[in-house]
Amino acid sequence: MTDIERRSYDVVVVGAGGSGLRAAIEARLAGKKTAIISKSLFGKAHTVMAEGGCAAAMGNVNPNDNWQVHFRDTMRGGKFLNNWRMAELHAKEAPDRVWELEAWGAVFDRTKEGKISQRNFGGHSYPRLAHVGDRTGLEMIRALQQKVVAMQQDDARELGDPEAMIKVYAETTITRLVKDGDAIAGAFGYFRDTGQFVLFEAPAVVLATGGIGKTFKVTSNSWEYTGDGHALALLAGAPLMNMEFVQFHPTHMVWPISVAGLLVTESVRGDGGVLRNSEGKRYMFGYVPDVFRAQYAETEEEADRWYSDPDNNRRPPELLPRDEVARANNAEVKAGRGSPHGGVFLDIASRLPAEEIMRRLPSMYHQFKELADVDITKEPMEVGPAQHYVMGGVEVEPDTAAVPGVPGLFAAGEVSGGMHGSNRLGGNSLSDLLVFGRRAGMGAAQYLDAITTRPAASDAALDAARSEVLTPLERDGENPYTVHQEIQQTMSDLVGIIRREAEIKTALSELAKLRERAENVGAAGGRAYNPGWHLALDLRNILLIAQCVAQAALERQESRGGHTREDYPDMSAEWRKVNLICGLDASGEVTLRQQPMTPMRTDLLGLFEVSELKKYMTDEELAGLAGPDGGAAKESD
Amino acid sequence: MAAYKAALRVWRGDEGAGELADYQVEVNDGEVVLDVLHRLQATQANDLAIRWNCKAGKCGSCSMEINGRPRLACMTRMSVFTQEETLTITPMRTFPVIRDLVTDVSFNYEKAREIPSFSPDPSVKPGEFRMQQVDVNRSQEFRKCIECFLCQNTCHVIRDHEENERAFAGPRFLMRVAELEMHPADTADRRSIAQDDFGLGYCNITKCCTEVCPENIKITDNALIPMKERVVGRKYDPLVWLGTKIGIRPRSESDTPAVPGKRD
Repeated sequence: MTDIERRSYDVVVVGAGGSGLRAAIEARLAGKKTAIISKSLFGKAHTVMAEGGCAAAMGNVNPNDNWQVHFRDTMRGGKFLNNWRMAELHAKEAPDRVWELEAWGAVFDRTKEGKISQRNFGGHSYPRLAHVGDRTGLEMIRALQQKVVAMQQDDARELGDPEAMIKVYAETTITRLVKDGDAIAGAFGYFRDTGQFVLFEAPAVVLATGGIGKTFKVTSNSWEYTGDGHALALLAGAPLMNMEFVQFHPTHMVWPISVAGLLVTESVRGDGGVLRNSEGKRYMFGYVPDVFRAQYAETEEEADRWYSDPDNNRRPPELLPRDEVARANNAEVKAGRGSPHGGVFLDIASRLPAEEIMRRLPSMYHQFKELADVDITKEPMEVGPAQHYVMGGVEVEPDTAAVPGVPGLFAAGEVSGGMHGSNRLGGNSLSDLLVFGRRAGMGAAQYLDAITTRPAASDAALDAARSEVLTPLERDGENPYTVHQEIQQTMSDLVGIIRREAEIKTALSELAKLRERAENVGAAGGRAYNPGWHLALDLRNILLIAQCVAQAALERQESRGGHTREDYPDMSAEWRKVNLICGLDASGEVTLRQQPMTPMRTDLLGLFEVSELKKYMTDEELAGLAGPDGGAAKESD
Repeated sequence: MAAYKAALRVWRGDEGAGELADYQVEVNDGEVVLDVLHRLQATQANDLAIRWNCKAGKCGSCSMEINGRPRLACMTRMSVFTQEETLTITPMRTFPVIRDLVTDVSFNYEKAREIPSFSPDPSVKPGEFRMQQVDVNRSQEFRKCIECFLCQNTCHVIRDHEENERAFAGPRFLMRVAELEMHPADTADRRSIAQDDFGLGYCNITKCCTEVCPENIKITDNALIPMKERVVGRKYDPLVWLGTKIGIRPRSESDTPAVPGKRD
C-alpha cells in the first residue's frame, strides 16, 4: 500500500483537547516520542467551550474544603454510580494539576491574597472552581498548547528539531485502530486537507476524543463530537460502559433557533442567578429531591443569605446537580409555565449590578448581546436544556487509564467512562481532563517500558481500513447531511431527556433503517478538504454510539442522573450495583451485558453517614458495613 | 421576519485556481453567516470546504472575509446585511488557500514557536505563585485571544507584502510577547528580540488589528504601543545607555534569545 504514509511513534494521542494535550505532555516528559492527532487546528478543540471553571479542592476561598469533601460531592452528583477509585484519584490530584498549569503559564483569576480564585457551582459544597471569568476552557487549552510549544522549543535547542519528540498533526482524522493480535499496533486515518492516508505505527494509543454530542439535535457540542474514540474503541474490541447516561445541561440559549444549544454557563447561577417561570416564580424550591433535602435551602430568604454566609445557611436549589435542574426546567415548560420560545427564565439582571455582571460573565454578556439582542444586565435570559456531555464511555483501569482487554489502548477525558457515574458535576470535567490525561500519558509510557517487541499492523487490516474510507467517494448515494439530521432527530425525540420503553424500541428500529441508509451515502467531490466525505465517514461512529445509548437506555429500568425513565421513575438500589457494558459481536452488532460494580473501599464508605448511604444502597450492602456502633464512622474533615 | 433567499457569491477553488460561484440560499430569523453556509453545504454543495468548530465565537476557526471585511462567520448575523444585498464570501487573503474558504494558517504556528515561553523563577514551586488581580488584568486581556488570526490577516505589513513574513511576527504574536512581558511572574526579557526578530518596528499603529478583533482586545493601545515604549526605553534611555557604555549594565546578558527553529 504505497499510498499510505507511515509515521512511527511511541505514543499516539488521538485528540488535542485538555486530556489529549495533558496525556501527550506526560508521555513526552517520560521520554516517549509522541504524536498528537487533532481533527481541527491546534488549540481549537472543544475544551475551549468550557466556561465555568476547573474543580479542585485547593481551599483558597473556603479553607474547610479538602479532597474528602470533593469526593463526597462527586459521588453524590453521580448518584453513587461513579467508579469510586477514579473519583478518589480525581479529588486528591486535582489541586496539583491546577497549580502545575499555573506554573506552565495559565493566568487564573485571583483572590485578595493573590491565590487562585475559586467560585461556587452546582453540587459543590464550597467555592471550588478555579476560573478565568467565563472562559476557563480557553485558558486551559492555551496553557497546555503553550506548554507543548515550550517543550518543542527545548527540543529545538537540544536536538535541533522542534518536532523531534512531540509533533501535532492538525486536521487529521483517525478512522481505525489497527492491532497485532490483541495488542494495539497503530492508528489509521487521513489528513483532512489533502485526503492523504496515514498510518501511525505505535504500540500505545491514547484516546482523548471527547464526546458524542452530534448524535443529538440540540447540543452544545461542536462538529468534532461524533463519538470517534468511543467507536474506535468499540471496533477494536474494547468495552463501553454506562452509555445511557447522557447529560442534558439545563441552561442553553433557546432563541434564535440558529444558536439553540449554545451554552449558558452554570456560573450565572453560581454567581447568584435564579430560575423563574412565566409567572415569575422561583420554582426550584419545589424540585429538591429527598436525597438532597438536607443540604438545600427551603426558602428564598435562606437561599439568598447563603451567598454571604455559607457556613450558617443551606445552598440555593438553583445549585442542585445538573440532572435535577434539567428535569425541573423540563417539567415547568411541560406544565405550560415556560418562556415564549419554549424555555424558562434565568435572571441575573435583578440580582447583581450591571458592572459586576460584565466583570464576572463577559462572554455571556457578549453572546446574548451579539446573537440575540438581549442585554443580560437588564433583562432575563431565556434558557432550555441541551445535550452537553456523556458520562458513559470506554471502560478504563482507574490508575493507568488502560482499557481492559486491549493492551496498548488508553482513554482519558470525556471518552472514558466511570469517573462521573450517572451525572457529572459542573467543573469536574476540566479537572478530569488534567488528572486522567496525565495518568493516561504515564500509563502509556509504563506500558512501553514493559513490552519487548513492537506490534505490527497487517497488510490485510490496512487494506480493509483503506477501502472503508474510499467507498463513499466511489458511490453515487444519498446525501450524508440528510441521514445525519435524521439520526439526530430520532435520538432527540426518542432517547432524549425523558425516556419511555416504547419510544426507545421505536428508536432502535429507526436506527436500523438509518444504518442501511448510512451504508449507502455518497460523497461528491474529491479527497481534498471535503466535508461531505468526512461526514459520510463519521456516520459510522455516530450510529454505533446511538445504538449503544439506546440499548443501554432500554435495559436500565430505573431513573438516575442523566437517565430518566418515565416508566421507571425511581432510583433503584439494585440497579446501582450494575454497570452496563456494550461490546461488538463477530458480525459487528452491538451487544450488552450487566457487570457488577466493585464494592467501595470501607475507608471511603466511612466518609459518609450511614443515613445517607441508606438512600442509595441495598439493605444487604448496608448490613455488611455496619460496625460495632451500627454505622460507618464518618471521619472528620 | 419571514424566511428569504439570500444571494451568495462564494469563492470555490484550491491553491491553483478558483472563481466566485453564485448561490441562492434560504435565510431564517436570527441566523448568522455560518448557518447559511452550512445550509448551502447540506443542500447544494456537499463538498464546500469551511473550517469551523464551536459556532460560538470561542474557538476562532471560521475566519473569512465577508464583503471584503475579515470576520468570524459564526458571529456575523445576517441581519447586518439587507435582504437585497449580495454577500461575497472569500477566504482570508493573507494566507494560502487550501480549498474554498479554508486557508493554510501554519505561518502563525511557526511564529508562535519562535517566542520564548513563559519563564517563571524556578525557585517558585507550583502552588506558591502569589499575584494580585490588578497585576494580571493586562495579561488576561491578551489571553482572551481566540487565535482566529483575523488580525494577522488584516495587518498590511504582511497582507500586501509577503516579503515581510519572515521578519514580522504579526499583531497576534507581538501581543503574545507583550502578554509575557507584562506577566508578573515572568523573568525573561524579550524587548530586544521583539524589535530585532519579531519586527515590532514594522508596526505603524494603524489599529487595523484592533478593529477586526472579535474579542475586542485593544491590541494596538494596550499591547503594541506599550511594547514599543518598553523597547524605546531600553534602547534610548540616556541612563540605560550610559550604564551599558561604562559597563555597569551588561549589554545583553538579560536578553532572552529567540528560540532556534525553522528560521534561518
